[in-house]
Amino acid sequence: MASSEEDGTNGGASEAGEEREAAGKRRRRGLLATAWLTFYNIAMTAGWLVLAIAMVRFYMEKGTHKGLYRSIQKTLKFFQTFALLEIVHCLIGIVPTSVLVAGVQVSSRIFMVWLVTHSIKPIQNEESVVLFLVAWTVTEITRYSFYTFSLLDHLPYFVKWARYNFFIILYPVGVAGELLTIYAALPYVKKTGMFSIRLPNKYNVSFDYYYFLLITMASYIPLFPQLYFHMLRQRRKVLHGEVIVEKDD
Amino acid sequence: MKHSEVEILDAKTREKLCFLDKVEPQATIAEIKNLFTKSHPQWYPARQSLRLDPKGKSLKDEDVLQKLPVGTTATLYFRDLGAQISWVTVFLTEYAGPLFIYLLFYFRVPFIYGHKYDFTSSRHTVVHLACICHSFHYIKRLLETLFVHRFSHGTMPLRNIFKNCTYYWGFAAWMAYYINHPLYTPPTYGAQQVKLALAIFVICQLGNFSIHMALRDLRPAGSKTRKIPYPTKNPFTWLFLLVSCPNYTYEVGSWIGFAIMTQCLPVALFSLVGFTQMTIWAKGKHRSYLKEFRDYPPLRMPIIPFLL
Repeated sequence: MASSEEDGTNGGASEAGEEREAAGKRRRRGLLATAWLTFYNIAMTAGWLVLAIAMVRFYMEKGTHKGLYRSIQKTLKFFQTFALLEIVHCLIGIVPTSVLVAGVQVSSRIFMVWLVTHSIKPIQNEESVVLFLVAWTVTEITRYSFYTFSLLDHLPYFVKWARYNFFIILYPVGVAGELLTIYAALPYVKKTGMFSIRLPNKYNVSFDYYYFLLITMASYIPLFPQLYFHMLRQRRKVLHGEVIVEKDD
Repeated sequence: MKHSEVEILDAKTREKLCFLDKVEPQATIAEIKNLFTKSHPQWYPARQSLRLDPKGKSLKDEDVLQKLPVGTTATLYFRDLGAQISWVTVFLTEYAGPLFIYLLFYFRVPFIYGHKYDFTSSRHTVVHLACICHSFHYIKRLLETLFVHRFSHGTMPLRNIFKNCTYYWGFAAWMAYYINHPLYTPPTYGAQQVKLALAIFVICQLGNFSIHMALRDLRPAGSKTRKIPYPTKNPFTWLFLLVSCPNYTYEVGSWIGFAIMTQCLPVALFSLVGFTQMTIWAKGKHRSYLKEFRDYPPLRMPIIPFLL
């Protein structure tokens, strides 16, 4: 679910109709905003590429995934945290995505990186971590290069194709990696009582991180299909020009 | 007299749904909606949105056919608003919940806290006081819904009742759980803090009620007129000088009072969320006042004097 796939273009748009609309938006958007977004998307594409290469090199040198997270964690944290800017892009309107959608997407990534993988050290060598790292890396390289090319008005078909087809596999793979990682973390969270507040205390509140993680896992059940089918609908619209009559709300 | 004809088309598919001939030109949209229901009984008037343009704004029930920019044959576009539920029903349900739920926790009904606490009573005075305040607040709201408020709209979409009840009932349970917990910690500054908080709470409850009464008196029974509210002899209404929606101002104040009284973080969070929502509503109301009335007092802010 944290695969960050949404139809909002963090910088550009894809096919003819959307391009015209986006061109209009870009004219309104201003030169500075376009320049900044182009730089941002190029930088993010590069960052995730570096991450991908580092992961491949580690595996080729060490032959194991153990220690892989520790070796790439600084780069991962830097580029994933930097993505918080995307919420700002939506807030100031230089990107057409809703703040809520962008907020949910980025927050779930931040949660996974900082509140799970970084904080719960014993699970850092789990295979499931590599699983979601691979899914995220491929997804982000595709997504950011898609935005970059769209902004530069030269979108190769294969990039558009990749953006609207890779998610079909990557999304479930990423979700599996994330869920398995959280699941592996549960015993440690329960044992240590980390991030939790017990009663009595002077603010009369309590928080149990263990149950919070359980609820988070459960929330994937309603949320993941919605996001997945949304991307499938976008795919049909963009790649096959299907006109989809939205359900009246 | 020359009759008009009205054809009603589906706003999305443009399908012809209904043709009404011999419609009085002075007929209102409300009457046309009633006629439309005859041929499509599943679409009762409350769930009909009729407009002149498929993507335009809904026509009001009071609008008169003759006064609309249409010829002798009017084309109206219909949009189904979905199942509707009356505002009164929603309010009563969403307010009765917290009243009842809080009491379940106050009386320490079984299966909430450990069995040794079942039906026991807290030894802290503030816990009893909090129960009285919370219950008073929601009883006041229920009575106002039944006897004070005059609603502009009769109905709202059905799904709202699930959303609203989840919010009110959920927060009520969350707050009540901690305030009535056997391990509850009373306020740091003791009786002083509770007295101050109680004063804030009572003043704001009186204020909120005063505003509701003032707003009611602005509008005669059964009408939907809108007028600029002004301060009355009641000092609580003098907040109208500074703010468009003093009812919301007082409401936030009440909950801040309750938060200070109970020193309970969930109450503070509930106040914050409520404040955010009421600010959005207040800004919207303020904007419509400005749009509708040229002579709207310029000193007024939406919800917080001088600030917001």
